[in-house]
Amino acid sequence: MAPDTRPHVPATEEQGSEPSDLVAGEDLALARRARAQLAEVAPEPGVPKPDPLLVADGVRKSFGGLVAVDTRHLEIQRGTITALIGPNGAGKTTLFNVLTGFDRRSEGTWQFADQDISRMAPHRVAQRGMVRTFQMTKALTRMTVMENMRLAATGQTGEHLLSALLPGTWRAQERENTERAQALLERFDLAAKADQFAGELSGGQRKLLEMARALMVRPRMIMLDEPMAGVNPALTQTLLGHVTDLRDEGLSVVFVEHDMDVVMGISDWVVCLAEGQVIAEGPPEAISDNRAVIDAYLGARQDLDEHGPEGVR
Amino acid sequence: MDLIEILSFAFRSAVGPLAITFALAAIGLNIHYGYTGLLNIGQVAFVMVGAYGLAITVDVFGGSHVLGALVGLGLAALLAVLLAVPTLRLRADYLAITTISVGEVLRLATRSSQAAPLTRGADGIAGLGGPFYALNPIPPGDYGFWIFQLGSERRVWLMLVGWGLIALMCLLVWALMRSPWGRVLRAIREDEEAARSLGKNVFSYKMQALVLGGVIGGLAGVYYAIQAAGVAPDTFDPRITFYAYVILILGGPGRVLGPVLGALIFYALFQGADVLLRQGAAGGWLPLVEWFGSQAIGATRLALVGLVLMLLMIFRPQGILGDRREMSLGA
Ligand SMILES: Nc1ncnc2c1ncn2[C@@H]1O[C@H](COP(=O)(O)OP(=O)(O)OP(=O)(O)O)[C@@H](O)[C@H]1O
Ligand SMILES: [Mg+2]
Repeated sequence: MAPDTRPHVPATEEQGSEPSDLVAGEDLALARRARAQLAEVAPEPGVPKPDPLLVADGVRKSFGGLVAVDTRHLEIQRGTITALIGPNGAGKTTLFNVLTGFDRRSEGTWQFADQDISRMAPHRVAQRGMVRTFQMTKALTRMTVMENMRLAATGQTGEHLLSALLPGTWRAQERENTERAQALLERFDLAAKADQFAGELSGGQRKLLEMARALMVRPRMIMLDEPMAGVNPALTQTLLGHVTDLRDEGLSVVFVEHDMDVVMGISDWVVCLAEGQVIAEGPPEAISDNRAVIDAYLGARQDLDEHGPEGVR
Repeated sequence: MDLIEILSFAFRSAVGPLAITFALAAIGLNIHYGYTGLLNIGQVAFVMVGAYGLAITVDVFGGSHVLGALVGLGLAALLAVLLAVPTLRLRADYLAITTISVGEVLRLATRSSQAAPLTRGADGIAGLGGPFYALNPIPPGDYGFWIFQLGSERRVWLMLVGWGLIALMCLLVWALMRSPWGRVLRAIREDEEAARSLGKNVFSYKMQALVLGGVIGGLAGVYYAIQAAGVAPDTFDPRITFYAYVILILGGPGRVLGPVLGALIFYALFQGADVLLRQGAAGGWLPLVEWFGSQAIGATRLALVGLVLMLLMIFRPQGILGDRREMSLGA
């Protein structure tokens, strides 16, 4: 691990690793231990982890003749930031879709927090604490930023048809959710936009909103599909700060990213996918000079090459 | 040109029983299309099932009107569930294709001779509404003043109940749509995948929306059967759904009062134009009939209404009550 290469974000410094009730109440000690344990894990594809939150076996998804995903065994360690890299078309988004239930016509089994969630309906996967965002941002454009946030809170009494007619049964809960949403919006620099339509936000702000909104679900694992795509460098640093903060609060983060500086900077573990298969995984240092990874990228793009054999400048 | 006659006729139609029927049907459609984004192109099927539920219960089984109304609403709910199960999990177009055909299938089945023991075939069922008028507390007379003519005590009673139902349904929609439940519906309208990713059971909410809007469509049917004192299959043609959409889009989809305002304006325009054209034809200053034959008045009226709608869509694409800022975010 290389904590010194992690981007330094003063604005969020004071939150540091203090437990916060904004996100899920994960066991911090457990999460920290799990992260430390990664150091002893061998950097080999499909290697078992000491404390996995997600375990997937034989996940396979094909579109007609094209096999988009075919991973033999994959584990994601609790309390860590895991980067999922790979050239365009490697199957990263498809893997997200399969694991989160958005694509139910697939093979394989996978457990989340020791429960089998293979081919479970996507909303139930989310309710269990595995929440994903989309590569193509899905802001609910004709709803305000605050409505987007409130919507995402789980276990709302007012979402039942009959209780909906009795505001007394949901007002207090709505107030609590609004407070939490407000706090999250402040954290993500969106508080000033709370009453605007989400469709009026810029692309980068929508990325921020999507991440904040996913947190309203109180996930245990958040899966971000290219959260930094199309975001300016300053905002990227802010986003990265948020991601590390979430990890420090006990959340498990999986994110897809093409920018190697970002990947090397913040991830605890990197999984490299090529043509649907996990060709390499390990801590960032081990990945950056991995022959298979470099070959895979050279085959498709010159990404790693630009950064020299070490991957990081 | 007798402006008083045109205005009084326009008013009479705008607040009359047919406008009420359409307002109710469009309120149901607003829940489907305006709030949830469900493309139901067969609202007429729900109206028809409501109307025939009442008519058959009363006529064939000798039940009371109250029971008949409940049967009508229950059948509308059942129809919604039957439509929802096979289609709502599929892409949006499947609901559209299914609903567009189910209305016609129902109409043809109802008028067929095999169904005649139940539905009396193409002639339909007459003699409804007696017990409804028996409850009328309004003393006999002719009501209204100047251009605001309402008609007989029977008509006033019909309108009183009709507008009461509209008020009640609007209150229901308002209460639901400001709740977290309504927020989920709007989220589904915007992007159902996003709603799913946030843990919402999209299928269940679409089902609830389809049933609720369908039952309100059924209520429109029950009301229609009573005001027309009977039902006949051929009144329930696809045009009913088309007009309901026109009304909804005119008033502003996704607005509580959109369908009501839409129905008022639609009927005022539709009937006002009719009187205007007839006056013109009779007075000789608009020789439509001489030029185009006896069908000309009806056709010109439709063209006029179409023109007004076109202008509205150009200058207020979001409907009269809609929010332009919101509309521009459509993508
Ligand atoms: N709906 C689909 N139908 C057919 N083929 C698809 C579909 N979705 C993805 N694929 C194919 O599956 C493969 C993996 O696609 P996927 O979107 O998972 O790649 P990715 O790793 O996310 O790429 P990127 O980095 O460009 O986002 C690609 O070859 C793509 O063409
Ligand atoms: Mg992708």
